[in-house]
Amino acid sequence: MIYREAGQFRTTYAADQRIFPIVQDRAGMALLLAVAFVGVPLVASEYALSGLLIPMLVLALAALGLNILTGYAGQFSLGTAAFMSVGAFAAYNLQLRLPGIPLLVIFVLAGLIAAAVGMVFGLPSLRIKGFYLAVATLAAQFFVDWLFTKVGWFSNYSSSGVITAQPMAIAGIPLETPVRRYLLVLSIVSLLALVAKNLARTRTGRSWMAVRDMDVAAEVIGIPILRTKLLAFGLSSFYCGVAGALWAFAYLGTVEPQAFDLQRSFQILFMVIIGGLGTVMGSFLGAAFIMLFPLFLNWAFHAVVRGGEVRAGLLSQLELVCFGALIIVFLIVEPHGFARLWQIGKEKLRLWPFPH
Amino acid sequence: MRKTKRWWWLGAASALVLVWAAPARAEGEQFMPVPSYRVGPYAAGGTSLYGGFIDYMNLINLRDGGINGVKLTWEECETEYKPDRGVECYERLKGKGPTGASMFHPYSTGISYALISKVSQDKIPLVTIAHGRTDAADGRYFPYVFPLITHYWSQNTDIIRYIGQREGGVAKLKGKKIVHLHHGSAYGKEPNVVFQKQAEKYGYEAKIIEVPAPGSEQQAQWLEIRQFKPDWVIVTGWGVMNPAMLKNAARVGFPMDHIIGNFWTGSEEDVEPVGAAAKGYISAAINPSGKDFKVIQEIERVVYGAGKGNMVDKKRVGSIYYNRGVLTGIVSVEAIRVAQGKFGKKPLTGEQIRWGLENLNLDPARIAAIGATNFIQPLKVTCSDHEGGGAVKFQQWDGTKWKVISDWVQADKELVRPLIEESASKYAKENNIPQRDCAKEST
Amino acid sequence: MAFFIEVLVGGLLAGVMYSLIALGFVLIFKASGVFNFAQGAMVLTAATTYAGLVDRGWSGWAAFLAALAVMIVFALLTERLVLRPLVNQPQISLFMATIGLTFVLEGASQAVWGSVVRGLDLGIPDTPLEVSGVLVSKFDLVASGTAGALVVILASFFQWTRTGRALRAVADDHQAALSVGIPLERIWALVWAAAGAVALVTGLLWGSRLGVQFALTQVALKALPVIILGGFTSIAGAIVGGLMVGASEKVAEVYLGPIIGGGIENWFPYVLALLFLLVRPDGLFGEKRIERV
Repeated sequence: MIYREAGQFRTTYAADQRIFPIVQDRAGMALLLAVAFVGVPLVASEYALSGLLIPMLVLALAALGLNILTGYAGQFSLGTAAFMSVGAFAAYNLQLRLPGIPLLVIFVLAGLIAAAVGMVFGLPSLRIKGFYLAVATLAAQFFVDWLFTKVGWFSNYSSSGVITAQPMAIAGIPLETPVRRYLLVLSIVSLLALVAKNLARTRTGRSWMAVRDMDVAAEVIGIPILRTKLLAFGLSSFYCGVAGALWAFAYLGTVEPQAFDLQRSFQILFMVIIGGLGTVMGSFLGAAFIMLFPLFLNWAFHAVVRGGEVRAGLLSQLELVCFGALIIVFLIVEPHGFARLWQIGKEKLRLWPFPH
Repeated sequence: MRKTKRWWWLGAASALVLVWAAPARAEGEQFMPVPSYRVGPYAAGGTSLYGGFIDYMNLINLRDGGINGVKLTWEECETEYKPDRGVECYERLKGKGPTGASMFHPYSTGISYALISKVSQDKIPLVTIAHGRTDAADGRYFPYVFPLITHYWSQNTDIIRYIGQREGGVAKLKGKKIVHLHHGSAYGKEPNVVFQKQAEKYGYEAKIIEVPAPGSEQQAQWLEIRQFKPDWVIVTGWGVMNPAMLKNAARVGFPMDHIIGNFWTGSEEDVEPVGAAAKGYISAAINPSGKDFKVIQEIERVVYGAGKGNMVDKKRVGSIYYNRGVLTGIVSVEAIRVAQGKFGKKPLTGEQIRWGLENLNLDPARIAAIGATNFIQPLKVTCSDHEGGGAVKFQQWDGTKWKVISDWVQADKELVRPLIEESASKYAKENNIPQRDCAKEST
Repeated sequence: MAFFIEVLVGGLLAGVMYSLIALGFVLIFKASGVFNFAQGAMVLTAATTYAGLVDRGWSGWAAFLAALAVMIVFALLTERLVLRPLVNQPQISLFMATIGLTFVLEGASQAVWGSVVRGLDLGIPDTPLEVSGVLVSKFDLVASGTAGALVVILASFFQWTRTGRALRAVADDHQAALSVGIPLERIWALVWAAAGAVALVTGLLWGSRLGVQFALTQVALKALPVIILGGFTSIAGAIVGGLMVGASEKVAEVYLGPIIGGGIENWFPYVLALLFLLVRPDGLFGEKRIERV
């Protein structure tokens, strides 16, 4: 009843082509943004900001990148963490060797470098498809890992290969407090999410979806396959590169190849799958679930079973079992991920409280 | 409708987590965070390490009623040995207890690096015993980081010195061939600098061979070693690389008693899967294994006697990692004791405990009083030297247990200290960290 | 020259060990079209159960049978609780479900048996064997013999028995197979049980190499280049792919490695597989996919 579209007439093409054509949607999004930008910094504790929200947002950005590649364009990739790694190291080296460039420009440049690398590793996609492509992108993952550990230039010849990311500042204002870092990350992520959402509605997005559904047919009707696939790889790697730079600068504070290992690639792939392939909302929901839920379980188990006397090891293992079981349950309930559940929810809301 | 109900639960739960308030505060207690890893590939070591740590804290509580009456309280947080989980655990635990966290023992180099800049801001000491950032031993640039006991560079010199001892003097090292086989990670690469500097100093032929992480495949590397025919092989390994290393060495017939592992490459978990083939293998240790020490016996008597022991598998009490955890406990408690001497017998803040760590002076008399003779080396931490020790003992696997075969072998401080200062000042310049004036600060 | 042969032989034998792991993946993919991410966790569970029971005093054979029984029960439960509700869902969802299974298995096996590292003694001595100046590992020979035997058995099963044909039909199209009357549930349970048995053998052999510990789950990664080289659906491909990956990996590490800096073992097989895929996009022996517009 609240969510009815009745009475909302769109009289111009522009109004019809909005991302959120329904007033309630627009209001909801405005409210969400208000809460995120204003409400959360006021209310949330430092722990929630530094330990939960910032990493979740950064990983959501990486998941967005992978969603562009796998969800929209249908190209499987397991090299996400490698592109994040490229972005992080690029940002560090740019900051180190070209001081004086503004921070945001550095992030963009790092993203572009990651995009270039992504396009190179995306070349095999012209020939290889499906799971084979996924495993082939692992070549990217391991190679980049090895390269950054082996070639000292990337880590400024530090003896251990782990480098501390430089402190961030925009226009002279240092960004060292959790609130400022959170706002930086949130702004970048929301902007890029908007770009991704719009991209999906453009010709590029539609050609990606055509390639995903059946690339032979897409080629037949005249979509340039080479350009389309490479663009998908490039854009996706751009997002992953920026996410990597943010991860290193705004969250961890260090740049090391181990933060971007195969486990990370898998983690982001899981986020995308369980969040919902091919949706922007899915990236965020998936990131929230995969990243926050284990922490929630850890906290919940410890809160319920107070005191360290109970076998802490057993608790940790049980958390893992719980997490795995929940993934299976959610998949059985909705194999297409959380985003689909959200969509179904909205459909139901349109009718509520009426049955049909 | 079931589906929307689920959403309410998730929403409520996330709201709770977001506005996470501090839990029940116990007055009059000293809080110690325990960022353990009991899940994942290093769970075997982590369980013993943190188990020993918790058992020692329990011992102090049960037997002595706390440190001068101030009881210790702790909370565990699972890091799974991952840097991002470690950072999250740190953020979660740093403010708990009446005065905040006492100190943080991550036992993971990745997590340590991620926390270095944060601990200075939050004023909580980061204690990285036998791991972490080596150049933090120069306390003038790293006021809140303490790589206590021994770090990788000191340890490498210890091993070379021990090889010298076995060969009949460091002069005999000239012309010998020594291989450094290391884990393909930041951790594994650390000793290379010092290893090569010593090659220049002593004249041995150094060869560095990397094992790609995680290290379960080493066939090619050991065939290479067989070709090179070195006199000694030094191993910087971790996790699954260790048993694989021993198996492959046995397979190519390399003599076990000429392989020396570092202090993370010599635990029961590493040699037991290999069985009899590992007999004779030598490793460095910052603490010996076994129950022949008063402190371990006390733990068994008091803590396990009361049924409050942390280790499920009691056979693990007395293993290398368990004893390392007890060592962690000893160092932590003694530092708090020193700090209480200056600031009063009450729960202390991280800043005060930092002072305690920096003025920690464990002499043989105090060590005997604790019941840890031959268990822990004498430690003297100062403003400029955050390592405090630098020595290791060497032990040999006899098929069933580790036998100590040497006394404390001291580090080559003349070689190592300039390298540390160089590296630390480079870091400080990059990050605009002022140098502390230790002369002014010493109280 | 002898050194080269040594490295080559060592690599080939290591490769056979990889194909053993790959076999588990191929089995399940061949019969149900699911990429079973949980194969590594199955290896861990099987090996931990065996080692844990032996630790408690059980005899080797009793522990083996018990571990086999555990894997069969797991297969039945998986089929009933995970696969049946997800019939005909997109491949990616099934893949994600196996990831959930991975976490469940990892957590459960470590919760029940603890995270202690256990040695596994199969009674095969690991002393080197010198064959005309070339060093060969006795253990590796036994392992490759076992793997080879398993491959032959499974290949003939798939090719020449009725059940084998039914399995191939199911992999092709679930619904079509159902409509022809092939009992999907029983087939899946059978296949997962077979994969479980392969996981057990794999776990025993790898466990005695590395010790039975959590890191066993990571050996599954070794199999990935093998299956892309050999093809996801080919058992023979698993062996050939394994041999190629093993040999090339070791030879590259020893001869190419020092030029580039060492430690290339991790990515070299993937790059090799990638190059192969460019020529044959479905793997050496994989089924050629025919796409109809």
